[in-house]
Amino acid sequence: MTQVDHKTQPPLVEVRDLAKLFDVSSPWLNRVVERQPRRYVHAVDGVSFDIEAGRTLALVGESGCGKSTVARLLVGLHAPTRGQVLFDGQRADWHERSARTRALRRRMQMIFQDPYASLNPRWRVREIVAEPLREHGLVRDRGELDANVDDLLRAVGLSALDARRYPHQFSGGQRQRISIARALATRPAFLVCDEPTSALDVSVQAQVLNLMKDLQRERGLSYLFISHNLAVVRHVSDDVGVMYLGRLVELAPKARLFASPRHPYTRMLLDAIPDLHMSGRPRTPVQGEVPNPLQPPSGCAFHPRCPHANARCRSERPAWQSLQGIKIACHAVEEGRI
Amino acid sequence: MTLPPQVPLLEVERLRVEFPTRRGALLALDEVSFSIAAGEILGVVGESGAGKSLTGAAIIGLIEPPGRIAGGEIRLEGRRIDKLPPAEMRRVRGRQIGAIFQDPLTSLNPLYTVGHQLVQTIRTHLPLSPSQARERAIDLLRQTGIPAPEARIDQYPHQFSGGMRQRVVIALALAAEPRLIVADEPTTALDVSIQAQIIFLLKRLAREHHAAVMLVTHDMGVIAEACDRVAVMYAGRIVEIGPVQQVIHQPAHPYTRGLMGSIPAMDEDRERLTQIDGTMPRLNAIPSGCAFHPRCACVMPRCRQERPELMDAGATRAACWLLAEGAV
Repeated sequence: MTQVDHKTQPPLVEVRDLAKLFDVSSPWLNRVVERQPRRYVHAVDGVSFDIEAGRTLALVGESGCGKSTVARLLVGLHAPTRGQVLFDGQRADWHERSARTRALRRRMQMIFQDPYASLNPRWRVREIVAEPLREHGLVRDRGELDANVDDLLRAVGLSALDARRYPHQFSGGQRQRISIARALATRPAFLVCDEPTSALDVSVQAQVLNLMKDLQRERGLSYLFISHNLAVVRHVSDDVGVMYLGRLVELAPKARLFASPRHPYTRMLLDAIPDLHMSGRPRTPVQGEVPNPLQPPSGCAFHPRCPHANARCRSERPAWQSLQGIKIACHAVEEGRI
Repeated sequence: MTLPPQVPLLEVERLRVEFPTRRGALLALDEVSFSIAAGEILGVVGESGAGKSLTGAAIIGLIEPPGRIAGGEIRLEGRRIDKLPPAEMRRVRGRQIGAIFQDPLTSLNPLYTVGHQLVQTIRTHLPLSPSQARERAIDLLRQTGIPAPEARIDQYPHQFSGGMRQRVVIALALAAEPRLIVADEPTTALDVSIQAQIIFLLKRLAREHHAAVMLVTHDMGVIAEACDRVAVMYAGRIVEIGPVQQVIHQPAHPYTRGLMGSIPAMDEDRERLTQIDGTMPRLNAIPSGCAFHPRCACVMPRCRQERPELMDAGATRAACWLLAEGAV
């Protein structure tokens, strides 16, 4: 119930009306000659959520819905066009090069999807894991550094001897462990995980998910977990936010969202998952695809695929509001039509 | 499937594929045997490096050199196809075997329209005039669920979305009405909603065209949804094969059990997932006896020395000494 109740303690992460526009215009000459206007794509358009300490919020959605952009905005890999991120009540202004920003930066880290691309192949594991320690000046001498690196590697289930090896000597799952060790180096309170297990085999995925849960329990970490795999999300998260074309459409505690999804898009997503234990059940394949984000539909962006759409859905954008303990943006739910 | 029992459409017998290296040949597929009947969908699952894609590549005759088939037989409708000269194999591929790969973008030529590629494929294999071939191409696109195929046929691959491209690839694979379709991770690059549509399409093909489908994937959900039978591969061998429900719900092999337990389920809450510790062995270091023994929780002395063959385990067949001992 992150979003609604619990006013005892401010949330660790507060995201307010976050938006990101990407300029996808043609080059200047083409614009002038062919008289094209500048074109923008709303990758993220007014997203707000909170994450409390020690909890996991998962963001799900199909490719291109903006979930990875949200992750990157949070850690400052993109500058937001609008909106803000508050961390422990402090505003995170990543473009500011102040000591306060550096201190904030240390407290949030990111784990990327592709463990093959996110580790420098020419660095030994020791250098990779030590980099954040050095960068943030968290160790005084070589001995302390080595001890820290050893501890981190052991914490993620690798051996201290692995510090001498190069990334190519590890499998995908082990590389993801190295990424996690690097992310934990600065003792962060908050980890942004962008599809951390999507590139891994199921058995290796299980190892990494178990590790992430153990670390969360031991260190009281909060996670923002980005994934398109709803079964994984159901396993790791406390709250789940569903995104569609740059906007959140529903945000609810996990149990609630999976037991009684309200938004038609959430229902459609849940219905589309092939499930091990319900095989053979007749499934209505979802019709249509995610529209081109360059020309998002008017009103509610989901209306062309929505079985409950009416004239209001086509013209008026539904507001993001609290309704019966969850947050949702849907006219049909608001009006009690579904 | 309600088909009468018959000669299987595809038979693979004791297939061995090896890669010669300076330090001797690495055996990537070791005595793999299975068959697929017409109208049946066989799923092949396993972790990366288990040899599932290689099995598919061997059947369509596209093993990358220096890899080569070192033994065994592949028969399509009773005819051996593993020793065909390249030119003849090219005719079989496309005409009798259709292939669908993971990445739809690399399966299509970006320089030609979708229609051009379809017409070319159709005319290579079927005696049709250009206009008839175009008719057929439009029909194929319609069958695979592409809206407004008359207009889209003259578009280029980049003008299609990922799901639509995969449909085009499926249309290409079906162009000559092949008897066998080898689909290697056809849904992995797609979103769940699109994935469901593609699975639905594959099932319809098997049912309506009586085609045999070999569906290679690592997604057990897709297997459960689409397949009739499933083969589980580990380190170049089939460790369990049987009807999909049995393999998923009462797996006989400890590896299959571990694999099923490691998948987060949608309808139960578990604090921890079952974990198979360790990783798949490398080809140059396949353990003696049962290749799974270093990671197996039920390992016995015999497992380290003797290699188990597939044996009956209720409705499925599994390669595990536990079954011989009757100790499951």
